[in-house]
Amino acid sequence: MKRELTCIGCPMGCRLTAEFNGTEVTEVTGNGCAVGARYAREELTNPKRMVTALVRVLGMERPLSVKTEAPIEKRLVFDCLAALGAVAVVPPVRIGDVILENVLGTGVNVVATEDIGS
Amino acid sequence: MNMKTKRVDLLIIGGGPAGLAAACAAREAGVTNLLILEREDALGGILRQCIHNGFGLHTFKEELTGPEYAARYIARVQELGIPYECGAMVISLSPERRAVYVSRTEGIVAVEAGAVILAMGCRERPRGALGTPGWRCAGIFTAGTAQKLVNLEGRMPGKRVVILGSGDIGLIMARRMTFSGAKVLACVELMPYSSGLKRNIVQCLDDYGIPLLFNHTVVDIHGRERLTGVTIAEVDGKKQPIPGTEREIACDTLLLSVGLIPENELSAMAGVALSPATGGPVVDETLATNVPGVFSCGNVLHVHDLVDFVSAEAARAGEMAARFLSGERAAGERIPLIAGNGVSALVPEVLSERPEADVTFMFRPRAVYRNARIAVFRGGKQLAVKRARILAPGEMAEITVKQDAFCESEGELTVSVEEVGA
Amino acid sequence: MLYDVILIGGGVVGCATARELARYSLSVALLEKTEDICNGQSKANTAIVHGGYDAAPGSNKAMFNVRGNAMFERITAELSVPFSRNGSLVVSFEESGIPALLALKQRGEANGVKGLSILGREALLAREPNLNPAVQAALDVPSGGIVCPYELTIAYAENAAQNGVTFFRDAPVTAVSRNADGTFLVSSPAGAFVARAVVNCAGVHSAELNNMVSEEKHSITARRGEYYIVDKAYRDAFHSTIFQLPTAMGKGVLIAPTVDGTILIGPTADDIPDKDDTRTTAEGLARVLSRAKRSWPALPARAFITTYAGVRAHAETDDFILGEPADAPLFFNALGVESPGLSAAPALGEFLAQSVAERLGAKPNPAFDPIRPGIPKFRDMTDTEREAAIARDPEYAKIVCRCELVTEAEIRASIRRPVGARTVDGIKRRTRAGMGRCQAGFCLPRTLELLAEELAASPLSITKCGGESRYLESNLFSGKAGE
Repeated sequence: MKRELTCIGCPMGCRLTAEFNGTEVTEVTGNGCAVGARYAREELTNPKRMVTALVRVLGMERPLSVKTEAPIEKRLVFDCLAALGAVAVVPPVRIGDVILENVLGTGVNVVATEDIGS
Repeated sequence: MNMKTKRVDLLIIGGGPAGLAAACAAREAGVTNLLILEREDALGGILRQCIHNGFGLHTFKEELTGPEYAARYIARVQELGIPYECGAMVISLSPERRAVYVSRTEGIVAVEAGAVILAMGCRERPRGALGTPGWRCAGIFTAGTAQKLVNLEGRMPGKRVVILGSGDIGLIMARRMTFSGAKVLACVELMPYSSGLKRNIVQCLDDYGIPLLFNHTVVDIHGRERLTGVTIAEVDGKKQPIPGTEREIACDTLLLSVGLIPENELSAMAGVALSPATGGPVVDETLATNVPGVFSCGNVLHVHDLVDFVSAEAARAGEMAARFLSGERAAGERIPLIAGNGVSALVPEVLSERPEADVTFMFRPRAVYRNARIAVFRGGKQLAVKRARILAPGEMAEITVKQDAFCESEGELTVSVEEVGA
Repeated sequence: MLYDVILIGGGVVGCATARELARYSLSVALLEKTEDICNGQSKANTAIVHGGYDAAPGSNKAMFNVRGNAMFERITAELSVPFSRNGSLVVSFEESGIPALLALKQRGEANGVKGLSILGREALLAREPNLNPAVQAALDVPSGGIVCPYELTIAYAENAAQNGVTFFRDAPVTAVSRNADGTFLVSSPAGAFVARAVVNCAGVHSAELNNMVSEEKHSITARRGEYYIVDKAYRDAFHSTIFQLPTAMGKGVLIAPTVDGTILIGPTADDIPDKDDTRTTAEGLARVLSRAKRSWPALPARAFITTYAGVRAHAETDDFILGEPADAPLFFNALGVESPGLSAAPALGEFLAQSVAERLGAKPNPAFDPIRPGIPKFRDMTDTEREAAIARDPEYAKIVCRCELVTEAEIRASIRRPVGARTVDGIKRRTRAGMGRCQAGFCLPRTLELLAEELAASPLSITKCGGESRYLESNLFSGKAGE
């Protein structure tokens, strides 16, 4: 089946058309360069996203900002947010501290992106 | 007057990405008596609330979140022992480079500076400035204010959201509100294109099925006390609402991402000439304003898209301020630059007659240009040319002219863009 | 609750009358329908102290305008309210308008207005260089002035409260009736009030109250006016208030510099069915702009801070209806107080208070103090004064509103003072925080925190203007995790 998507590799935003049979991308057209071909393949077969989120801090009303250390599967994003919703961190926290290990079994940790507390 | 007075060689007003990078560069260039004044309770500026990633690809070859990017510079500031005051708001600046600030720890303090770097950033255009008619109810926020409430304070402004403006701040907040449990109903964009990054359109709107409506705007606001809905309408070529195209969207929150305005109140007080094209100070290639010893960088000079370019520009301002302090002055007259076809918000806007290094001109393309050519002409002679597959208003563009090219030419200097075909 | 006098309506007339009543030994209460005083016409007008040439000679409007106008130096000094006698100019763009200007001059003189003269084109343009050069002549009204209408109203209220008047807000009056003993029963969800005398200064709703107690029925037409506010960067564009001589095309709009340095452009005058409909409209705003350009061709459309609308109470008699109806003794009306209501307010307050006091046989209040100290404004201070203010109160070193330079000290004071702010709009009108060019984009989060702290309430409950106008929907993390 034909799938249409916009490449995000550069500001050109080439409009891509890919032949996708449900598991494989067999052809990509419309791409101005190789980045587009690669992007279409990945985005259709195994789309991934970085997740940046906010987590509760015990004893404070302000939240802690966190991120996944690597992109995780796009279909897991909301489950990842839900998992983070159950977390509360205790200050002090440093950038890079692991807040949630191996989120949803992806092998990816969620880490703090800011320092809280002295 | 017996007000407490500090004397510094270099005063940096603003401790966001611009101020931090400028301070580090000035310190590394040998300025030791310097001071950063930051009005918030912590350094980092707007980066503190930009908890999404996409920062640092150029500067650190890594993709960082805003707070992480800021932390790198804050660590360097501390490593270098650069003095700074937080919770310190500068309330006046004179052409003689005397600033007055107030802070909760020190009260009111005067600073006499040998040089000043203006790095105050920008503010957001509010509903009032748009003149959107209707009720003046609660529930209307600029996107950045909502971002601060959510990301720094953990407060949700609302549950059913419409976003006016598809610039990056609006797009980012579409995702953030969605992640925080709100329903974002639409992103409404006046122009036929978005000024935001394609990546953000895909990952902030498309990923969540949020419709992006080009050529539309909000024409009426409903709700006496709290917002209950907005009326949107399509607009014509002159950006006027087309009668009959109105429809209502029930919502309790309207986020506005309709323009950033450099905050130059202090600059004006100091007699700094401002450019109507950028909203920021008129500067030459050393980022010097018309007031001797006063430099400018970052969003207060012109609104940037990438913090990496802010850091690079600010580092240059720091270096130039250091040179100024050691007695170096740009030689010769200043020559004006002309923003030619397709060029808006040109920085620098004036040039020393004999620049001492290559000069990089930055600007905003006025429209989307494909297979374009950026060129710099002086007196009919082409000094530099650069091809670009695409230029868009949402992406700051640049072209560099080599130093020797200036020596061999005379007359007015023009930067312009044209489409040349494939 | 039994009072000697109950005032219904917390606008400038009600608050001025309350303050004047405090000169007597009377128990006085003011009932305000909404969550704060000064929520109706008094906060949304052109902020002008009119010269007094406009109203028909012999009318209440004329008499009280001129009398009130003369009181402004004293009143604003007593109440610490900024006032400037900047003069008004009624401008004509056609030579054929000069007879009309002369007629206004004559009318003004009949009303007792002093110093009126006709200015020619050159003198006019020398005085106001940004006027449309097509201008032909103008009526010069040196007694015209400008004042901040909400600062004045609030100052009156604070002085009244300082002198013993009780203010009830969120106290809409649903009915007024007579008890057997001749006192009034004033019914409100906030309680049942009994009063020997009632002052009806309820603005757009005042006729409804009158018609509850008197057979002399009146009707109020709600007449809406829309405005633009121009940034302070243009404060020097005009010095005097510029009126346009009404022509066959209709009443003109004003270029109205304010005491705060902004410029008001407007208003329109449209009769509307919903008396509380303060919406702005695309069409109304467009009309304001096109008419204003006649006076100010270089009107900087990119320099608007915001727009607003106010609704005037226009009585069917086209004049203020004042005093007791024949069939409703001790019910004192102030109906149809549209323009020049602000200008007339000091005189109306005095008149109504004296009328009530006389009828009640009230004795003077020896403890009455006419001086109301204002909240010292950081933005108006010299650096030396700022240093002293910070030494007295360190919260003067914490700036909350960057655009208007408003400090935490002022915001806290505005909440703590009598008839203090309880909402973000309340703080806005008492301090100007949030009124600047960023329209609270910067100061809103901190203002919410300060209100929550001072009112010992959750930030989630803080409103813009009472009722449902909360800013925050919820906390990101409600409830507690890990417990």
